[in-house]
This record gives sequence, C-alpha cells and structure tokens, in this order.
Amino acid sequence: MCLAVPMKIEEILDRRRAVVSEGGVKVEVDVSLLADPRPGDHVIVHAGYAIETLSLADAEERLELFRKLAELSGEPGGTG
Amino acid sequence: MKEPVKEAAAIRLEHGSGGALSRELVENAIFPLFRSDAFPELLDAGALEAGSDLLLTTDGYVVDPPFFPGADIGKLAVYGTCNDLSVSGARPVCLSLALVIEEGFPMEDLRRAMTSAAEAVQEAGAKVVTGDTKVVPRGKGGGLFITSTGVGRRTFGFPLSPRAIQAGDGVIVSGPVGAHGLTVLAARESLPVGGSLRSDAANLYPAVSSLFPLGPGLRFMRDATRGGVSAVLNEIVQGSRMGIIVEDDAIPVSDDVRTVCGLLGLSPLEIANEGVFVAVVAAGAEGQALAALHAQPLGRNARLVGRVSPDCPGRVLATTRVGGTRVVDFPRGLLLPRIC
Amino acid sequence: MSQESVLARQIVSEIAAVAARIGRPVRLMEVCGTHTVELRKQGIHSLLPPEVVLVSGPGCPVCVTPSGYIDNAMRLVSEGRAVVATFGDLMKVPGAAGRTLASLSGTGRVKMVYSPRELVEAARSSTLPVAFLAVGFETTVPTILSSLLDAREQGIRNLLLYTAFKTVPPALRFLLSDPSHGIDGFILPGHVSVIIGSDAYAFLEEDGGRPGVITGFDGMDMLVGVLALLRLIQAGERQVRNAYPRAVTREGNPRALELISRTLAPRSETWRGLGAIPGAALGLQDWLADADAQLVLGIPPAEDREAPGCLCSRVIAGVSLPPQCGLFGKRCTPDDPVGPCMVSSEGTCAAWFRYGANR
Repeated sequence: MCLAVPMKIEEILDRRRAVVSEGGVKVEVDVSLLADPRPGDHVIVHAGYAIETLSLADAEERLELFRKLAELSGEPGGTG
Repeated sequence: MKEPVKEAAAIRLEHGSGGALSRELVENAIFPLFRSDAFPELLDAGALEAGSDLLLTTDGYVVDPPFFPGADIGKLAVYGTCNDLSVSGARPVCLSLALVIEEGFPMEDLRRAMTSAAEAVQEAGAKVVTGDTKVVPRGKGGGLFITSTGVGRRTFGFPLSPRAIQAGDGVIVSGPVGAHGLTVLAARESLPVGGSLRSDAANLYPAVSSLFPLGPGLRFMRDATRGGVSAVLNEIVQGSRMGIIVEDDAIPVSDDVRTVCGLLGLSPLEIANEGVFVAVVAAGAEGQALAALHAQPLGRNARLVGRVSPDCPGRVLATTRVGGTRVVDFPRGLLLPRIC
Repeated sequence: MSQESVLARQIVSEIAAVAARIGRPVRLMEVCGTHTVELRKQGIHSLLPPEVVLVSGPGCPVCVTPSGYIDNAMRLVSEGRAVVATFGDLMKVPGAAGRTLASLSGTGRVKMVYSPRELVEAARSSTLPVAFLAVGFETTVPTILSSLLDAREQGIRNLLLYTAFKTVPPALRFLLSDPSHGIDGFILPGHVSVIIGSDAYAFLEEDGGRPGVITGFDGMDMLVGVLALLRLIQAGERQVRNAYPRAVTREGNPRALELISRTLAPRSETWRGLGAIPGAALGLQDWLADADAQLVLGIPPAEDREAPGCLCSRVIAGVSLPPQCGLFGKRCTPDDPVGPCMVSSEGTCAAWFRYGANR
C-alpha cells in the first residue's frame, strides 16, 4: 500500500501544486502535505501527492548510512 | 507445476493481454484443431506450402485509442505484421488489410489511419495488394479494428525455432523496453503521467536482418509485443529442458519509462513493444550480434540480458540488483496501474 | 562489482550469521503489501537462510476489503446511480459473481484514476455523483481527503467517498492479541510510517509486543531492515528501530495527521478474513456526512463471504503460508482467483505464485 517514488521539485506553482521531475519525466503533484516545499527538494511521490521531503544523501553517504544501519561499521545501528 | 484448471466458460479481457491466459486459450481451444505437419508449433509465421520460400502471417489490431503519440493503428497494422515476418527470417513482400469499422467512426480518422498505413508500407518496402472493408452498427465494434495478413520471402536460410536453443546461448534484447504499452495506457486512461512517452512502433527488418550473417548461430527471434519481453522469454522455454536466466540490471530501459513504471507500479519487462525484438544466439556469437545491432538505428541500445541455462528447465529467472533471484513469470491479468 | 553489491553480500552473510546465533526458526511479518511485492521482486527470499521465514501481514488494502464492497460498487454502476471512480488496483478484483469493474468499463460509468487529484475534475464534469472507492492505509488516506476538501472548496459537492480506510497500529495490536500468533518481529511499512511516525509503534515495546524495524523499499533497504530486525530478536530486545530515516521521523507528517484528525474518526469495520478489528478503520466525521457515499447513496453494509476451502483469513493473519491452502495454484491462480490474497497483485498468494517460493 506504499508505492511511492523519489522525485525532485523543479518549480512551485502555488501552495498546492508543484512540478517534480525524475528520469526526464515531469509530473505535476500536490505538495500541500509538505511544510515548506522548495525547488531542489527531493520528495517522495505517492498517488500524485508529495508525502514527505527526503533527506537525500549522495551515493557515498547512502552506503555509509546503510553500513551504519546494518551495524557493519561497528557502531550502534538505527535511530530508534 | 500446477494441475490443469478447468476452462473458463466465457472469454475474459485477460485472454487478450498476451500473458499466460492468452497462451492457454490458443493452446487448449484453438491450436489442437489445426496442428499438422505444416503447422507443428506456434511460430509467428508459417510456410505457404512445404518447401516454399514464402511465409504467411496474420495479426489483428484492436488498439484503443487508435491514435497515440508516436504511432497509430494504421502504422501498427503494417509494422506489426511485417515484424512477424522479419523475425521469422523473411523479407516482407505484400500485405492485405481487412477493416472492421464501427458506425460513427469519423471519416477523417479513417483517412488518417490509412494514410499512416500507406506510409508505413512504403517505408517497409512492401505493398498492400488486397483488402476488405466492413461496417458494424454503433456499439458493436471498437471504432476501427484491422486484420493484416502478410507474405514474406525467406532471406534467412536456417531454421528459427525455440527448440534450437542450447545451454549457454546468449539472450539479446534489441532496444529499450516498455515505451509502446505505457504510451497507449497513458493515452487510453488519460493518465496524468506518461504524456511525454512515445510508441516505438517501427519496421524491424533492417535490425533483424543484420543478424542473418550469424547463420545457424542465430537460434530464434521474436518481437516482444503483448506481454513484453517476459512473455517472449517464457514462450521460448515453456515445456523445454532449458530455462533462461537474465540480469535485471542488464535489461535496456530508458529513464522516462523506468520512472513512469515506478509511478504506476508496473514492470517494464511485461509491457508491450512494437519496435523491439528478442534474439537467442549461440554462445560466442554474442559479440558479433551486438556489433551488428549497434550499427543499426533501432539496435543502438541492444543488450545481452542473459543466457539459456539447463539449471531451471521451463522457467525464466532474474538476478536482482542485490544479488537475489526471482522468477520471471508470464504476465498475468490486465496491465493496470496500482498505488499499493 | 559495485560497492553496493559488495555491501549487499556482506549484509546477506551477516543475516545468516545472526540467524545461526538465534539458533531456531524465526517468523518475520512484513506488514505492507508493497513490501510483499518488493521483497519478491528483489529476490530477498532467495537470500535468506531457511530458518528465517517471511510471513505476509494484512497490509494489502485490496485483500482486506470485504468481497461485498466490490459488489456494492458494481451495483452502483449497473444501476446508473453514480460514476464509480477507483485506483487501478480494484479494477480487476472479482465480486461474488466473478465479474469485475473492468468489465463494466463499457457503461462509461467506471473511471480509473492514478491520483485522487483527478477526482476533482471527474466530479466537476459529471452530472451523476462520483463515488470514489476510498480504499487504503495511512499513506493514501490523506491524499484522498485532501482531494475531497479541494473539491468542496471549489463548490463541487457531487464527489463522494465510499470509504474502506484501514489503519496499521490497531491491526498489529489485534494480531498480537492472539496468543498463538507466532510472530517474532515486524518489518514495518516505510511509507505508512512516513505519515504516522515511528512513535506510533511505541506499543510494540510493551509487554506482549515484538521488535519492529521501519523499512524502506529498495533491495538494500529491505536487506538492512531484515538484518536490523534479526539483531533485535537475537539480543532479546523488544524495540522499534527506524531503518528508513531518510523519510521517516518520530512524529510523522503533521499536516497529514492533522488532516486525518480533522476529517475522519476511528471506527470498527470488517477486515476480510480477520473479522471486525476494533478501531482499525477510519470513517468520515459527521460534518462530512454529505460526502459519505454509503449515507448519500444508501449503500448496504458490505458482506464478507469466504469461498469454501479458501485459507485467506489464515494467510492474511500470517498463520498459514499459501502452499498450505488446498486451492493454491490449482483452483486459485492469479488468472482465476478465489480469495483476496490471490486477487491483489500484492496479496501473499499472488506474490508467492508469481515470483516463486524460492524454498
């Protein structure tokens, strides 16, 4: 029940609507569930709505985070 | 292997989606009545008579809507039929077009579809030599349905059959998958996503024939229409001692198709194409095959996606991005977006 | 091999090592239907040692909606009383007589939408009421309510919701209340958690609870989630961890939660196969009664009929696996489904059938 796709905000049209893009596809979505949407933000899109802003990491950081979560770097995993 | 399920009492939409149910319908209710020495297996085209160089194929076109970005029913009716001949090793020579038109279908749309078909026939280097036209009352048809029958002349002298595949053979997909079916779906349902996609409908003969120099190293080809690459791969190995293992990461998919599939919850492997074919080639011949395809406009993105393997008889498996294995089944049911 | 592939392999080895330390079979319940599908699509089952069994929970909204709901929807269409709008997921769910909404497309009164945003225009341009099949969990609920309020703000009053909203935390409590449940830990739904926040699962840390890890949907997310959950089980720690911190916070999405509390109220409804779960559904508040399709169109309660031999209720509750059902793969297949677990593409039986048991 959770199908959602990460996309990037290109343009805010008004308080409800924004244009987001990914892979060359531009889609208009509703951003009224977000506190403070800005162009450049990465968001998750579910059924035409942005439901959250993603704190996006680059590939390096992403790997490091996974390592931490898996407790493979020896540090405690999870953020509770 | 499941036990046979009792036959449905009536045809359902799923019987036409090119997946498992379509195949069962043909294999159980239709093919047994016509199987013969001249028609021993379900291939895309059949010889006019024993020993003949001429192949015959036929296809019905019922696409809804009839016009969509990149192509239309007229273009499909020509290229689809020509492509069945091409992947059977024959150059398309001539076609017939039988139209069933619903009362009320706009004359302008009919002209548009026919003009498009005429352009496609010219581009394919073939000719329409006969046809038929019927009109059915309003409500009894789907706007415009076209049945197209084609004749081609063999230009490839070796057998092409799923039974020719051998362990270790390479499986090649000629181009990026999923564009056509997604385009039609987005147009039909007026989806707010997918509007920038275009059908890939095209004449495949030049790309297909670029593989002919492989000789017997070219085992089998099929264009990946309804049911997509998944259906073709499963058709190749169904009932066989061989299976196919592909790599998810190797499947050519363009970014926009990938994104729209992600949004709609669909899998690119299961979506129809009209300008992509699958080829199985002998181990060792993959390099030659890919070089030939890459020199072709329609084969620029051809990829080796997997291999024929004796380890999974009758099945198609995929290795996933994280190194897991999943079964690639015949597509089942209608192609519908989901949010869950 | 890419760095991510290397890491994936390390995680898979670590999963095997932790499972061996646990030393007994463990059952992990993945609650969300999207996890059911993605776990299969990424081949995660094939990477787990045999003693780690993934059991699918009731987080498939199509699967847990009573069969009579579809019959009611189809009756609205065939009686010409409303246009029925729906997500694609429900289009091919068969009603009691085996027919689907897809088969009624020719009437012109079935409208498939990708997003609830399309409902505004659908209602505006319709002379009939437009009844939306409002099915979903917390991820989807706020999107539907947002569209309803948007329509009403524009003076559009013929958009109605035929609600079948379900919520996750009460369902988990319900599962845990059965002493024979056999669940060792929960793979918690990533996107539901985006909305409700990780604090919503605090009850899992109480007596009678089980550890849970909030998990995303990439192959890597799911491997990490399983490993983190196994570590908690191995350490005997009844805790909730967030393995999807890039999207999930402790408090969730406040705007979405406020929208839900302003428009909906918890109530008890029948979950197909599980019966009535107290407070695990959401219905429209009184001030939105004129948007409630059941009230406005006089829709009767949806009956829940289980076909003979169908084991869906036990599969949905995570007690049985698909191959244990006598109908699985024989009388019941994705092309000709009997029960909800096979009908929905993310139902446990459909996923098992399509992607293989891998064991």
